[in-house]
Amino acid sequence: MDLNLDAPHSMGTTIIGVTYNGGVVLGADSRTSTGMYVANRASDKITQLTDNVYVCRSGSAADSQVVSDYVRYFLHQHTIQLGQPATVKVSANLIRMLAYNNKNMLQTGLIVGGWDKYEGGKIYGIPLGGTVVEQPFAIGGSGSSYLYGFFDQAWKENMTKEEAEQLVVKAVSLAIARDGASGGVVRTVIINSEGVTRNFYPGDKLQLWHEELEPQNSLLDILNAAGPEPMAM
Amino acid sequence: MTFTIPIDNGDAVKNAEADSQRTLYPYVTGTSIVAIKYKDGVLMASDMGGSYGSTLRYKNIERVKAIGKHSLLGASGEISDFQEILRYLDELVLNDNMWDDGNSFGPKEVHNYLTRVMYNRRNKFNPLWNTLVLGGVKNGESYLGMVSMIGVSFEDNHVATGFGNHLARPILRDEWRADLSFEEGVKLLEKCMRVLLYRDRSAINKLQIAKITEEGVTVSQPYSLKTFWEFQAFHNPTAGAQGSW
Repeated sequence: MDLNLDAPHSMGTTIIGVTYNGGVVLGADSRTSTGMYVANRASDKITQLTDNVYVCRSGSAADSQVVSDYVRYFLHQHTIQLGQPATVKVSANLIRMLAYNNKNMLQTGLIVGGWDKYEGGKIYGIPLGGTVVEQPFAIGGSGSSYLYGFFDQAWKENMTKEEAEQLVVKAVSLAIARDGASGGVVRTVIINSEGVTRNFYPGDKLQLWHEELEPQNSLLDILNAAGPEPMAM
Repeated sequence: MTFTIPIDNGDAVKNAEADSQRTLYPYVTGTSIVAIKYKDGVLMASDMGGSYGSTLRYKNIERVKAIGKHSLLGASGEISDFQEILRYLDELVLNDNMWDDGNSFGPKEVHNYLTRVMYNRRNKFNPLWNTLVLGGVKNGESYLGMVSMIGVSFEDNHVATGFGNHLARPILRDEWRADLSFEEGVKLLEKCMRVLLYRDRSAINKLQIAKITEEGVTVSQPYSLKTFWEFQAFHNPTAGAQGSW
């Protein structure tokens, strides 16, 4: 079992983007690994591109950071030229341009989400290779494998903001439970006409799943609280 | 009269068969074991996870087992190989009991047996893909040792396998003392296990701590540790540097 500290930083990751009636909710875990070592247990994988458009990053940490840096730069200039906020579609296309034209060198999957006045809340998935797919919801990263069945069953159109965020938090939490490459805290970003809200759900505040136990301070607390023999009636 | 020259394909067939029997890589694996000697005996901690590659597939695997009356065996690595080792040890203890001579295998004997098994398998290029930790108490003497899949074997006051080598050992080197009480020992192991939980991708938050003393073996019930996420820096790490991690 090797630490392999020379392995590239990779965000194994679970990332999610979901539309609801009024905007979008983006969610992600917070684990960045170098081989099997968790290099950062509290990363922020939901990155701002403009005031109204954010992107969830997965795959190579370096590749996703540099792509989002370029697109932020282009969008900044575009916003000045246009005289109004950039649309989600334009943001997604800029990401696509970089992802597609550098497909041999990049290893990053992205989910672009935001709100603009023309189309409202939109989610675009941009997997490896540079395909752009507009979707009512998108999942990505290694942890997403565990969520296809979950979303097939749990996704509904026209959810409220609260329902959408709860769905995202639940989903990321489920993926963290089974994907070794995902972990840490759940971060969400809600984008709508009113603006942007960031939320933070630490590991110990999440719901417990199958075979998970209530966290304790120490075994000693359990032993001291035990009192009579556990099997005594 | 003709006679056919036999073409010896035996080697190819034999090699193919031999290859198919070799363990080339592990499938279901357990992560670190951390163990220390303390005042009354030995404490050993492990989580209950069985990973299948990067999937955290099994969450109720007991990786620390009692062997006879005097020993505790913890294993990291391939779970099926660990189960096979337990079968070998069952047979060993059974035969020992059949002698009915009042003697019973202590940790030193079990450790020696395991070392032989692991080393001989390594020599045949067919290792049992485990790192084993053997702890025990006999006649008032505590014993703690480990054997790796290549047969490297040694004893120490505190041992760790897998990621524990890198993350737990430094803590143990700094904080271990020969006269640790049970409470202090448990706290020390929990400190190591919490770091492993934060920093080992294959760790899960469900662990057991086993204790062995002259009186015998106790394996604790499974339990989870609280974790801390409320550093200010964790709340908005990229506030000053959009696009960083």
